[in-house]
Amino acid sequence: MSGTGMARAAQKKRIVTVYLCLAAALAAAVLIAIGTGSVAMPAGRVARIILLGEGSPEERSILWKIRLPRVLMGVILGGALSLSGFLLQTFFANPIAGPFVLGISSGAKLTVAMVMIFFLGTSGYVSSWTLVAASFAGALAVTGIILAVSPRVQSMAGLLVAGIMVGYICSAVTDFLITFADDADIVNLTGWSQGSFSGMNWGNVRAALAVVLVCFLAALLLSKQIGAYQLGEAYAQSMGVNVRVFRVLLVLLSCILSAVVTAFAGPVSFVGIAVPFLIRQALGTSRPLPVIPAVFMGGSLFCVICDLIARTAMAPTELRVSAVTSLLGAPVVLYMLMSRGRHSRRELSAKEDR
Amino acid sequence: MMEQCWFRLNKMTVGYNRQPLIREIDVEVERGQIVTLIGPNGAGKSTILKSITRQIPLLGGSVILDERDMKTYSFGDLAKRMAVMLTDRPRTQLLTCRDVAAAGRYPYTGRFGLLRPEDEEKVDEALRTVGAEDIAGKDFARVSDGQRQRVLLARALCQEPELLILDEPTSYLDVKHKLELLAILRDMARRNGMTVILSLHEIDLAMKISDRIWCVKGDYLAAEGTPEEIFREEQIRALFAIGEGSFDPWFGSLELPAPKGPAQVLVVSAGGSGIPVYRRLAREGIPFAAGILYENDVDHRLAGRLACEVITEEAFGPVREETLARAKAAAGAVRLVLDAGLPAGSKNSRIRELLEEAERLGRLRDVSGGPEALEKALRELAGDSAE
Repeated sequence: MSGTGMARAAQKKRIVTVYLCLAAALAAAVLIAIGTGSVAMPAGRVARIILLGEGSPEERSILWKIRLPRVLMGVILGGALSLSGFLLQTFFANPIAGPFVLGISSGAKLTVAMVMIFFLGTSGYVSSWTLVAASFAGALAVTGIILAVSPRVQSMAGLLVAGIMVGYICSAVTDFLITFADDADIVNLTGWSQGSFSGMNWGNVRAALAVVLVCFLAALLLSKQIGAYQLGEAYAQSMGVNVRVFRVLLVLLSCILSAVVTAFAGPVSFVGIAVPFLIRQALGTSRPLPVIPAVFMGGSLFCVICDLIARTAMAPTELRVSAVTSLLGAPVVLYMLMSRGRHSRRELSAKEDR
Repeated sequence: MMEQCWFRLNKMTVGYNRQPLIREIDVEVERGQIVTLIGPNGAGKSTILKSITRQIPLLGGSVILDERDMKTYSFGDLAKRMAVMLTDRPRTQLLTCRDVAAAGRYPYTGRFGLLRPEDEEKVDEALRTVGAEDIAGKDFARVSDGQRQRVLLARALCQEPELLILDEPTSYLDVKHKLELLAILRDMARRNGMTVILSLHEIDLAMKISDRIWCVKGDYLAAEGTPEEIFREEQIRALFAIGEGSFDPWFGSLELPAPKGPAQVLVVSAGGSGIPVYRRLAREGIPFAAGILYENDVDHRLAGRLACEVITEEAFGPVREETLARAKAAAGAVRLVLDAGLPAGSKNSRIRELLEEAERLGRLRDVSGGPEALEKALRELAGDSAE
């Protein structure tokens, strides 16, 4: 008995350690990201400008109007993307599910592009909320298609192939739209449609924060049900989960989260798969209550770092943030696939031995 | 009367996609009973269990639990009274066996599912009951099938159910784990008054642990009753459509069909010494006669199923002259007479006379010494004489 008690204590210690590390790394990454750019500011100076209002008007302007919104957006949207991935993985009982590979991001991108072209052509202005709504509609439509397909493709791989195909179709249609759009819109659209945290304003930050915060809290409130659902639908129901309602909530939440990201930053790949995997490995558990906040923080950290690399690696030319997230995230996913393969092979051979 | 009606299937019709599979199931279950569903594959055992657990909708009738229609319970209320153990095994990642078992506390915990100290104790107790404390900290995805089933049973016990439903709980288990699992169920039913409804493939085990048996075959529940009522040879033969071979309700055992043809061997035995010899001969497909056996001898029971001829004598009487004559005739017709061993008391003079006759014919082989002697006799029969 004391053995399991000790194991539980060790597990608790591990969770606390991971949280402390994440928090420290995130704070450091945010300070460095704010201080880095064409006008460099050390972390101490950044803190003083923000907290004490010091610094030249030029410095303050760069910090408040450009860097801070951008970095905060990285924190909010990165967390949202990662959490969305975790929820989708729970829903499909598949660790390789995520908003990007299932085509949800691409679906959102298509509808946002349509709305942008329409509004920029007529009034020249689109509100944050319109973009989010359009993005959500696209995300939901693709999820609907995936759900309609999923009972027919039983395998995990089949589901992903379906998602990737739907994603390609949406991307292709988006490309057509961009080609036929007015010249003035194209610069704006192409930058966005490839994924970028640039050009964020405080209105965007407020809108994104409001939506993501609500979704994050909702996910926390669902953590008990998510835990039961990890044992499968039938067990969850037998333990008292209203599975039908829960599934709808889960899909809505993950769609809203990935829709917010796409509305403001365009499609950003691999964060939703790689980060939840790494976080779960670090925590050594899949229990949703400790995992959900850590997954959010991990996504924030990952995206802030990736955005920093995107704008500094080839400065003054900016890379697409998706290029960086892919470069860092895809190897993690590959490693994950290989280690899974190894385990299942080991299990198979163990069965044969028996 | 109230106890009688605690759990009742009331003209329940079940099936998939509005296609009725089994109609109008009408049975009652008392508290603390173990009910076992038996029947051939695909007959609908799982369908019935899934309908009871509300995994699939009923096509007609109702399920009554504690005088209330099951449909009127919320999922949460029902979870405190009924727990399930399913055939499909959860594919978890990075969850310990204890995490999986602790999930069973779901109906009792608060908004965030945090375990209070008393919940932790219940989880420990459940793990202890199924003998899984030592694997509590291991990754559930990496333990053996037997351990996995035990953890899933612990999970169900954590729900503190009055009614436990198990769909083929023994199918992945070896003999030892099968017996252990069923012993736990037996214990839970007897001591805690838990009602258990399960489906089993092993009819011999079903016969031993159940209070009631439901036979599932065809459009209606084929039969329902106590094991003594159900486990009759004809019932079981009909239920599983056994053509060859036989089922023995005394032993609860399934036997191969008797080898056909004229007897090549006569087996002389008593008090169980003939059983391994019969089985060995049946496996080799060698037709044999058995005798002289008293009709109350355990050997007589099995010989009736496996031998092509049994020379029987009435119980507790002397062996009569005509019976001995029959046995001697049989000894004359076969190639070998096998003496499988007779308890000292049964060395009846008539049986000794039979053995002497076999000796005189040069056909007597003593196989009471063990399997080696029997193998030697079998080789001799096969033609390549060892001597």
